[in-house]
Amino acid sequence: MNAIIISALWGIILMLCAVFIKNKKLPGYIAIAGVLILILSNQYEFFTGPFFNINTRDFFRVDSLGLLINTVALVCTLILFLLNGNEIESIGSHVAEYFSLIFFVLCGVSVCSSYNTLWMLFLGLELISVPLYILVGSDKTNLKGNEASLKFFLIGMFMTAVLLLGIAFIYGGNSLGSFSINFFDMGKGHMPILIASGLILLFIAMSFRASAVPFHFWAPDVYDGAPAPIGSLMATIVKAGVFFAFLRLFENSFAAAHHEWQPLVVIVIAATLFIGNIAAVFQQSVKRMLAYSAIAQSGFMMFAIFAINAPAKEGLLLYLTVYSLATIGMFAIVSKMPDYTLDGFRGLGKAHPWLGFSATVFLLSLTGIPLTGGFTAKFYMLWAAVRDGYHFWLVVFALLCVAISSFYYFRVIQAIYFKKPESDPAEPIQISRGFKWTLSFIMFIIILLGIAPNLLIDWIYY
Amino acid sequence: MGASFSVGLDSLGFIVTLLTALTFPIVFLNFHKRKIENPSLFYSLMLLFECGLMGVFVAYDMLVFYFFWILAFIPAYFLCCIWGGSRRISVGYKSFAYTFVSALLMLAGILYFYQFTPQLNPESVHSFSIMAFYTTHIEPAGQPGIFLLFFFAVAIITPVFPFHSWQPDMFEQSPFASTIVMSSVMTKMGVVIMLRWIVPMVSVGILKYETILVALSVTGFVYGCSIAWVQDDLKKLVAWASVAQMGLIAAGIFSGNVPGFRGAMFELFNHGINILGLWMVVSIIEESTGTRKISELGGLAKKSPALTFFFMIILLANIGFPFTNSFTSKFLILAGLFSYSKWLAFIACIGIVLSAVYLLKIFRKVFYSENKNQGKPEISISIFQTLAMSVLVLLIIILGIYPDLILHFTNGIAQELMRRMGGINI
Repeated sequence: MNAIIISALWGIILMLCAVFIKNKKLPGYIAIAGVLILILSNQYEFFTGPFFNINTRDFFRVDSLGLLINTVALVCTLILFLLNGNEIESIGSHVAEYFSLIFFVLCGVSVCSSYNTLWMLFLGLELISVPLYILVGSDKTNLKGNEASLKFFLIGMFMTAVLLLGIAFIYGGNSLGSFSINFFDMGKGHMPILIASGLILLFIAMSFRASAVPFHFWAPDVYDGAPAPIGSLMATIVKAGVFFAFLRLFENSFAAAHHEWQPLVVIVIAATLFIGNIAAVFQQSVKRMLAYSAIAQSGFMMFAIFAINAPAKEGLLLYLTVYSLATIGMFAIVSKMPDYTLDGFRGLGKAHPWLGFSATVFLLSLTGIPLTGGFTAKFYMLWAAVRDGYHFWLVVFALLCVAISSFYYFRVIQAIYFKKPESDPAEPIQISRGFKWTLSFIMFIIILLGIAPNLLIDWIYY
Repeated sequence: MGASFSVGLDSLGFIVTLLTALTFPIVFLNFHKRKIENPSLFYSLMLLFECGLMGVFVAYDMLVFYFFWILAFIPAYFLCCIWGGSRRISVGYKSFAYTFVSALLMLAGILYFYQFTPQLNPESVHSFSIMAFYTTHIEPAGQPGIFLLFFFAVAIITPVFPFHSWQPDMFEQSPFASTIVMSSVMTKMGVVIMLRWIVPMVSVGILKYETILVALSVTGFVYGCSIAWVQDDLKKLVAWASVAQMGLIAAGIFSGNVPGFRGAMFELFNHGINILGLWMVVSIIEESTGTRKISELGGLAKKSPALTFFFMIILLANIGFPFTNSFTSKFLILAGLFSYSKWLAFIACIGIVLSAVYLLKIFRKVFYSENKNQGKPEISISIFQTLAMSVLVLLIIILGIYPDLILHFTNGIAQELMRRMGGINI
């Protein structure tokens, strides 16, 4: 609850700043201070309880996993601000508004991580989406950004309608007449038709938000066309909120009919892994490759919805943490490069050893090489799927897709270390010391979670 | 998660760690003079490589084992891609892809097996420890599938015949130091996973594929020897020789009886030593004459009698001549193979003849035919290289005369494996 209230408040404060403060640097500092306050208040809620004792009439249910997802999202936002603050400031002239909108996104994420009724789910997803429609197109001079924004807006609106229709079906087919996600009459053996179609519609809407195939067409354009920090925000922090909402919805509401809708998830996982990875192989731009890899990684996160058991929850938390950190780091490095193509990365290992090394660690983690968090995260996901006991072939298939993913991740590593640059860069990349320290911090967390994932997971049972 | 960092040393582990511990100093002694770009990175990667290999050989926990298994590949990949030959990037990635795919399939196998390992109560976690893996009983119908998932890891790293194609390329393109380590130590990872993990875990599952596996291994042996015969590049030749001889070791393991197991374990050590010697001779020849082509070399015996002497001993050891180390081990493997199938043993014998043919070809053409490159300077062997070679030659002869030094370690494991496979003791 703390995170919801304070992020909304801070969004309003920053919006007011836009009116009263003309300094371009100040909003960035206010935003960083805001995220720090958010992290602290969220942790306070985790250990002792919320600041305000509000009777939410069961619209919200706060549990430790949701608060941990909040923590992950907030820490990632802090890192994003530290790494990409300059890029956010240079998008356009409305600096304070950008930060303010990001805080509204954060408010949406924290609603998604604590909702208990379908209404609140709807509210959370819209709180995430509407600011993003604006943020994606915030660079008005960039045609690709405008196209992405329009595309995202149109499909997003359509999917909102699908979500609402699904909610309506569920409400109508539900004998209790309740929006609460805890009590649905699933029927024994066969679901009532209204519930079943509502479930499918909800699944489609959530898969769209999670950028799973075949609802992924917006994702590469948006991640690529949006300003780099916004693409990074969408691929990581937003995804964290959405995936948790996805898991909670299907775990609480539909677990009784788990094996009836599981084939649906199987198809989506297989398609997401396959198409995401295959499409990423053909990309020449590293930024676009990361966009497709974000889709492919969604396929792995979908295993949590496939299995909905204890390791799935633990794995989703771990996966979201590690994947978000590595992707934010990679996007930050990409945004510093003058040239987004693979050739632009040539010789990075020589010119900026620390940048090259951290990019390598992030890419290895995204591949899932042991000793990085990427391995433990993938391991938990697959273990959840194996323990579920059905569709073992999907695990083997997922692992083969990991092998495909190694191709495009390693191509960047090859460019960084083994290939010589074709020409000397016109201007050397400027890297501040803070940037390096933040990258080192991310690497430290990734490797720490690769060795001792329990440091994070045990908090679920705090 | 039920994984813990547990390591231990049994007698199989002792043999391979001894080999690893011998190989690295010898390699470093051999190459201390060579000029390498960015030596600190090179040596740190080499030591990381050693760390990965040692970890694989001593891991007593499946997940730790898997960690080290991957850790062994990553330095090999970087060593090849940074210091390798002209095709290094594509070859490096090809090898990495082969090994990574097989490792991922193995991970699927590990996960599948893990769900059957015992747990104290339904809520507590399963275990990755070696004891849990040994005490888990999988019903016979499920075993062949698990074996197949693990098999690719063995087949690609050892290599078994149709899965070998990355290895000669990788050996040829990598810098000498890492080639030697890969050829003499890394290939043994397959044997270790087979004997320590797979056979005890799914002993029944192996029996289903035994015939085809032995046949493939023997085919690989003969095939590798024939390819090695027609090579002109010495580095490629030795690469193929290494691939071929690993096929013989694989045949010994898959034939599944006590002599086969014991021979394979002993040959594991001997192959490491012998192929190391061959690589060193080739690297010395390349270092001092600047070429590796057999057609451009000749008359080295006059230039360097010492090298000729070393090479002769190493050659005899590679063939399996009596009073050299691998005589006993090759004999045991063939004996095991013979009791499995007379025909396959016969075909393997052809391979041994072929290996004598290509090695004697080198001896004749490179060392004794007329001198083709007059202008090249004398072959100089540094004192460290002499020292390294002497160690190898001493080992070859001592183990040839008194094989029991290593061989007595193998009996217990072979008997234990036989007991698990439920076979009859010979």
